[in-house]
Amino acid sequence: MMGDYEAVVIGVSAGGFSALTELLPLIPANFPLAIAIVQHRNDDRDNYLCQHLDKHCQIPVSEASFNGQLSPGHIYLAPANYHLLIETDRLFSLSVEPAVHYSIPSIDVLFESAADAYAEKLIGIVLTGANDDGSLGLKKIRARGGLAIVEDPRSAEVCTMPQSAIEIAGADHILPLAEIAGFLTGMPHE
Amino acid sequence: MNGHDKEELELDLFISLVKRVYDYDFNEYRRASIKRRIKHLVVQNNLEHISELIPRVLYQEDFRQHLLQCVSVTVTEMFRDPWVFRTLRDEVMPALTILPKIHIWHAGCATGEEVYSMAIILKECGLLEHTTIHATDFNEASLDIARRGEYPLENIKQHTKNYIAAGGTSSFADYYSVNGKWAVLDSALKKNIAFYHHDLAVDPSFGKMNMIICRNVLIYFQKNLQERVFELFNSSLTTNSFLVLGDKESTEFSVLAKIFTNISSSSKIYRRT
Repeated sequence: MMGDYEAVVIGVSAGGFSALTELLPLIPANFPLAIAIVQHRNDDRDNYLCQHLDKHCQIPVSEASFNGQLSPGHIYLAPANYHLLIETDRLFSLSVEPAVHYSIPSIDVLFESAADAYAEKLIGIVLTGANDDGSLGLKKIRARGGLAIVEDPRSAEVCTMPQSAIEIAGADHILPLAEIAGFLTGMPHE
Repeated sequence: MNGHDKEELELDLFISLVKRVYDYDFNEYRRASIKRRIKHLVVQNNLEHISELIPRVLYQEDFRQHLLQCVSVTVTEMFRDPWVFRTLRDEVMPALTILPKIHIWHAGCATGEEVYSMAIILKECGLLEHTTIHATDFNEASLDIARRGEYPLENIKQHTKNYIAAGGTSSFADYYSVNGKWAVLDSALKKNIAFYHHDLAVDPSFGKMNMIICRNVLIYFQKNLQERVFELFNSSLTTNSFLVLGDKESTEFSVLAKIFTNISSSSKIYRRT
């Protein structure tokens, strides 16, 4: 049930621009969970991705900020060149530690900290991508009792990342991209 | 007690021990990142649990340095975020030229790349000769690297690219010589830099500054410690001075926010009134 969860974390890499543009606008205005996303990307200091998604989504999209609090019904993107972490008190932390899986931000870093913070109240989603970032993080989410959703590798623009997630972490649901928003919003509210 | 609860308990024990033995209070740091770093240390030492680090704190001579090294690991480069250095060159340097003597504090300078970047800008603006850069960090091993001013040659390409993007007016190759796999920075850049140990969590102000640079340090601190640092900076800055923070940091959560005015749309460069 939707009420069992507090937050959604999404990891996405190669092919992510299209995947997020397809998925996120389907999230309805009354969506009750906070959504935090790591999208691997090159330096994007103009924050184009954020502006683009904010324009097309029904709920607000902004860059996760230092000292910022996660609010329900809000989408947060990890800033380029910083790892994004979630603290137990639902605050974001940023870090410039070395890259993980050649990536900063890294999906594993977000997922592992979110699993610590939210335990079974967390939904982790791994989408299209060309490396194995996110697999260990998703494994930790499952170990803490959270729900794991992985994009069906057959529908993914690049299947490596979802495939790796399924092999290493397993998944509670393997869904084509087009069905993920429907699954999230279709969960009974009570 | 499940694995997660045990891990949290072990982390609490480790943090209290570190405070008792080394007098570093990691409770003032953001928990998620400090936990990540400490778990990394566990793996690095081929251990399984955080609690196995406890005897190291008590009995291993060099563990303190080892811990600091692991906790304060950061990725930096010369002219990192070149647009910031560009703004410093274009907007801040002209305001400093009227001063007879310039004092700059680079707080949390790590391995020194950005300190030398600042020295190069000051030199190209004709200000280095009457400037003292006080470059501080709480990690002695990082300071040693900073004092040497030798960086891996493989990074020079990126440094040069950044230097150009930051509006460098000379050739970056003029500032280093090559020694094997190392780029050795021109020792003339070091003449006006003093590197020393200072811990932002506990140490006091040590003079009045015309500019303080502290980038990507506050992101690791809890709000109380952030506030301490803002108070420390405020009491260390002259009127009409400058504060430079990391691009994702901000004064907005501080009670001192109204004293600092952001002078740049693209960077976190503040004027202290």
